[in-house]
Amino acid sequence: MIDIHPFIIFLAAIFTSNILLSNFLGMCSFLSISREVEASLGLGMAVVFVTVLTAAVNYVVYYQILVPFEIVYLQYIIFIIVIAATVQLTEIFIERFSPALYYSLGIFLPLITVNCAIFGVALFMIIRKYTFMQTIGFAAGSGIGWLLAIMALAGIRQRIKEKMVPAGLQGAGITLIITGIMALAFVGFSGSVIIQ
Amino acid sequence: MTKIDIFREAAFKENSVWRQVLGICSALAVTNFMRNSLIMGLGVMFSLALSGFTISLIRNHTPRSVRMMVQTLIIASWVIIVDLFLKAYIPDASKQLGPYVGLIITNCILMGRAEAFAAKNTPLDSMVDGIGAGFGYTFVLLIISLFREVLGFGSVFGFTFLGDWWPRWSIMAMAPSAFFMLSILFWYIHQKYYIQVKK
Repeated sequence: MIDIHPFIIFLAAIFTSNILLSNFLGMCSFLSISREVEASLGLGMAVVFVTVLTAAVNYVVYYQILVPFEIVYLQYIIFIIVIAATVQLTEIFIERFSPALYYSLGIFLPLITVNCAIFGVALFMIIRKYTFMQTIGFAAGSGIGWLLAIMALAGIRQRIKEKMVPAGLQGAGITLIITGIMALAFVGFSGSVIIQ
Repeated sequence: MTKIDIFREAAFKENSVWRQVLGICSALAVTNFMRNSLIMGLGVMFSLALSGFTISLIRNHTPRSVRMMVQTLIIASWVIIVDLFLKAYIPDASKQLGPYVGLIITNCILMGRAEAFAAKNTPLDSMVDGIGAGFGYTFVLLIISLFREVLGFGSVFGFTFLGDWWPRWSIMAMAPSAFFMLSILFWYIHQKYYIQVKK
């Protein structure tokens, strides 16, 4: 157990240990969706929402069910089921109560089940032994950090669309180089807060 | 198609990493040391081969609507075995890899191969395909980690062979270099094999 205020963890998860730029989680959808700013914003919002919700549910399930019954080795299966079920429920709720939001967010929700950032947050919270409030702070920070990274990349990619890029680098190659430079910028924050 | 063709196609021609840009998360995260890369690669190969086999075995009995969930659960079961094996026999590597062993479940390569190959082919072919895709993935991981470990630590598989005259590039141990190394590899391979030269 580490004694850091949840808000500090929240800030650290956004900047010093950004889930995408320093832990490389959520790369697949990051690379494929980041072509337009609007789509990235929609996906990013969905990720923030689902990350916080599933982290809270997973925390309760892990410490109230898995640990007392000594079936901790089933954590991967349980976490993935919780995430899939939460995503499905969220989809139904949003469709029922806010069709407008559903149309802007809906298509991204199924994609999120296989987003490693969400599963990664659940695993990190167990490995680093966070308390409940710390978990919430970490999950919210990770989601927002991911949103920030994908928005920044989408903005840059829209600008280089018309520019000349060496043929072999087109697509994934140049995107990875941009991400690397962004990660380099975020390295500047490192060391100011240590959360692991 | 013979088994060897399937293997070669999955490992090199349609390599998951450089051709389909899947499984990037772990390809970047565990490549700071060659030993981690090798263990991770073997773990992925094992779960790919066996989950391909299992998914293909029950492919005609799985209703389409719950297909994804069934595949994910099968993959998760094999990954748990990998995780328990590492925890029991190579505990220090399991600690260093941390959450990335569990994250094999959400590794897009496994889902991709399950959907693209195992759901349509016979169990043995799917297993060969899984071994091929896992081999291609391990191959990429080892190349990247070879450069990162030699430049960053002056060693190979933890064995230091460059003396003090070599300045250790601390950037190679950090996150940004993983992005740069992977994109350089992409560049080289696409330039050499996939682009038709215009004359």
